Amino acid sequence: MVRYTIKRLAVGAVTLFLLATITFFLMHMIPGSPFAGETTKLPVKVLDKLYEKYGLDKPLLEQYVIYMKNAVRGDFGVSIYRKGKSIEKIIAAGLPYTVRLGAVSVCVALLMGIFLGTVAAFTKKRWLSNLVLIVATAGVSMPGFLLSVLLLLLFGVVLKWLPFVGLNSPLHYILPATGMAFAPISMIARLVRSSLREVMKQDYMVLARAKGTPEKLVIWRHGLKNAMLPVITYAGPMIATLLTGSFVIESLYSIPGIGAEFVTSITNRDYTMIMALTILYGTFIIIANIITDIVNAMIDPRIKLGK
Amino acid sequence: MMTYTEQIEDSMFDKLEESEKDTEFIAMESKTYLKDAWDCFKKNRLALAGLIFLLFMVVLAVMVPVLSPYTYDSQNLDVRNALPSMAHPLGTDKLGRDILVRLMFGARISLMVGFVAAFLNLIIGVVYGGVSGFMGGKTDMVMMRIIDCIYSIPSMLYVILIMMVFGSNIGSVLLGICVSSWIGMARQVRTQVQTLKQQEFALAAYVIGAGKLRILFKHLIINCMGPIIVSTTLMVPEAIFTESFLAFIGIGISLPQASWGTLASEARSVIQSYPLQIVWPVLAICLTVLSLNFIGDGLGEALDPKNR
Amino acid sequence: MALLDVTNLSVDFQTDQGVVHAVRDISFQVGESEVVGIVGESGSGKSVTMYSVMGLLASNGDIKEGSVTFDGTEITRKAFPNQKAYEAAMSRIRGNDMSMIFQDPMTFLNPVIKIGKQVTEVIKNHNKISDAQAKEQAVSLMGQVGIPSPEQRFGQYPHEFSGGMRQRIIIAMALANNPKLIIADEPTTALDVTIQAQVLDLIKEMKEKLNSSVIMITHDLGVVASLCDRIIIMYGGKIVESGRAREIFYEPRHPYTMGLLRCVHNPEKKEKLMPIPGSPPDLLKPPAGCPFVDRCSKAMKICKVQMPKETVYSETHVCACWLEEAERRKGERHV
Repeated sequence: MVRYTIKRLAVGAVTLFLLATITFFLMHMIPGSPFAGETTKLPVKVLDKLYEKYGLDKPLLEQYVIYMKNAVRGDFGVSIYRKGKSIEKIIAAGLPYTVRLGAVSVCVALLMGIFLGTVAAFTKKRWLSNLVLIVATAGVSMPGFLLSVLLLLLFGVVLKWLPFVGLNSPLHYILPATGMAFAPISMIARLVRSSLREVMKQDYMVLARAKGTPEKLVIWRHGLKNAMLPVITYAGPMIATLLTGSFVIESLYSIPGIGAEFVTSITNRDYTMIMALTILYGTFIIIANIITDIVNAMIDPRIKLGK
Repeated sequence: MMTYTEQIEDSMFDKLEESEKDTEFIAMESKTYLKDAWDCFKKNRLALAGLIFLLFMVVLAVMVPVLSPYTYDSQNLDVRNALPSMAHPLGTDKLGRDILVRLMFGARISLMVGFVAAFLNLIIGVVYGGVSGFMGGKTDMVMMRIIDCIYSIPSMLYVILIMMVFGSNIGSVLLGICVSSWIGMARQVRTQVQTLKQQEFALAAYVIGAGKLRILFKHLIINCMGPIIVSTTLMVPEAIFTESFLAFIGIGISLPQASWGTLASEARSVIQSYPLQIVWPVLAICLTVLSLNFIGDGLGEALDPKNR
Repeated sequence: MALLDVTNLSVDFQTDQGVVHAVRDISFQVGESEVVGIVGESGSGKSVTMYSVMGLLASNGDIKEGSVTFDGTEITRKAFPNQKAYEAAMSRIRGNDMSMIFQDPMTFLNPVIKIGKQVTEVIKNHNKISDAQAKEQAVSLMGQVGIPSPEQRFGQYPHEFSGGMRQRIIIAMALANNPKLIIADEPTTALDVTIQAQVLDLIKEMKEKLNSSVIMITHDLGVVASLCDRIIIMYGGKIVESGRAREIFYEPRHPYTMGLLRCVHNPEKKEKLMPIPGSPPDLLKPPAGCPFVDRCSKAMKICKVQMPKETVYSETHVCACWLEEAERRKGERHV
């Protein structure tokens, strides 16, 4: 297990390196200069100074080597767009908001999704099962960003029931977290429903009953573990995605997180910021994938790690 | 002693002619695979409704220039932000353009992006996964490690970077979507091919001297067509989402005809005063994607041999 | 009094194509420490009968009519005031007084739970004992059914076991609480031929040790020959013939039984194996007459329209076929 984790982390580091490299060169292909807005005003001399200050006057390959050397030491440079503010500080200020909202969304998504899926799988009332399925299908058919706009409009602007600026109180979490968690809830509910139904049909469930195990324990002991496997496979990357935030939701609800930085940094050609965020997101997803694989292997002994 | 058997005539004990026997019992009416799948699909009312809705949208999107008195950019500043009326069934936007017509033109872009992206994913995924699963060994390992790498990349970042580098055209949206979304398909095809190639019919094909590529595509891929079709159907919504997200944050395809995402983005600017305007594009996206999801579910059931 | 008494049992399954009448009005008894073989091809209703006795029918299956009495107590759902009482009663019986050995050892063990835990579960379900005691019992049980080094095997998962070993585990679970009745549903079908004999020997040996009754479901007359006191032949959801093993093998009455016997290879007689042509009837629309009529070489017109009455040949030997009546009439005419 430990060896496997180390091996996966090593592969992850290589992936991250490749990711950073590709992003670096792709990013420099974006037409326009980071100082585009100011070129007209700035004399050539000042512009040259700026280029020199950020190391943009050097050949691309040299810039790349310098950047990578610094990045390995944990120095991601200063933001070009935010005039000299260090990247680490920007991320350190924004990340807590994003992660807090993400964590709430993850909990809501898992609890609600598993609950609804279980209800739909076990209920004897056919209409209830179908209702959950239809609502869940509608849920995955609604883009999260549009749903958030509608939620904000309905509960924030029209009905004025819920606050929608910032994350100052638990009430503030309701709208953005619903927007973030809605699609994952639907997805998980569908997964749980179909995998539980599949598991209930398995022969080992019959054997468990034949042993005289009460029905509740049959489901709890023999069904759930098996039914959770596909859910975990989905949940790993989902958690990573939710924890890194959403551009639309953070900008809609004026949350000062890093989700919003993502798009702004690209449109502003904030090279250092793009790089740092790419590496951050990549790290989140790689770690989430490793954890997913390990948890799966812990539940299902047939999965051999490292093979 | 009289029992009930006494009442039976002696002639009943004559030999039963062979022709009177139902010698071969056939469990089900013999149908082709497709006919059978279609019959099963038809029984799923939601899937059928989804298919009808989708066809309706496609027809409208194709026919809209013929059907409508307006064009997508014909402005009429006298009727700005109008509510639905006889002349404008869904109202007009802030420049007085007919929303229904713009929505139908939007369908052209959104549906095209969805279907083309799904098709590209299908091709890339099937070929990559098929080759990887079929070759096995080192080739497979290298190909799977590449997939792992791509999978670790936050896809939205790349979509946006590609949009910035190659400009806001349909090509770069498709490229961006295709960078990572074929991976699921490739993995699925690989697993299926790995299982199928162990089975007798693949060996039989090999024994009678069929070439490797022929075996792969003629015998193996055909046999996992069901799940592949289902995943392809479910990939269309994903592409429509990505495209509309890009349009919504303002870096989508820049064309005079707006996609649904662009329409939503435009309507968002007047959301406080004319909230109804954003409902239409959202409804269009949701209903289309919902239809596709129902169709996907229906196909999944219809094409699953276990449901026979 | 018989240990198990099944009377007029009918079982239906709801399917997409319609209602499948899998078992139609069958009755039989199993006595104390008796070994009964139920023989028939796939789809004859033999497994369904036993699943309904255990109360383990899939959710789309339902006992339409009839009663099942085990050890003097009625154990069908209708004998209980509500589902909860029924389930509680069945939980007490299953794995304790009545247990089942299943067909496919590859799919009937839970892949994500350790073997030891799966074995102790059945012990702990019916005995108030500590974990340590349960483990001790389980290990000794695993040893008894021929698992080498059971202490180590205890902590392993099913995928680390071979098919034969897994079947031994399933047998161990069935025997754990010295049941009065063991139902073995084709226990050797999924195993290699060499393992089949070992598993049959094991069942025989354990049966003698525990003095339980055994119902052996199989499609192979060869399997029951060495094991069973009495044999029931099922076809198309009906019992067509039943009798002592000796009676079935040496004086078969039903054409289907004769056909089955011709399918058993007998190296001494140097006979050719004779397949029975055709396939079993469609139980969506069960035939009005004898289910075997379309494949029977001796079929008569009456067979097509009316189910034959049972003819009693001896206290134990019963057969449902019109041939007997035809013979009788022929005899009358000659007189």
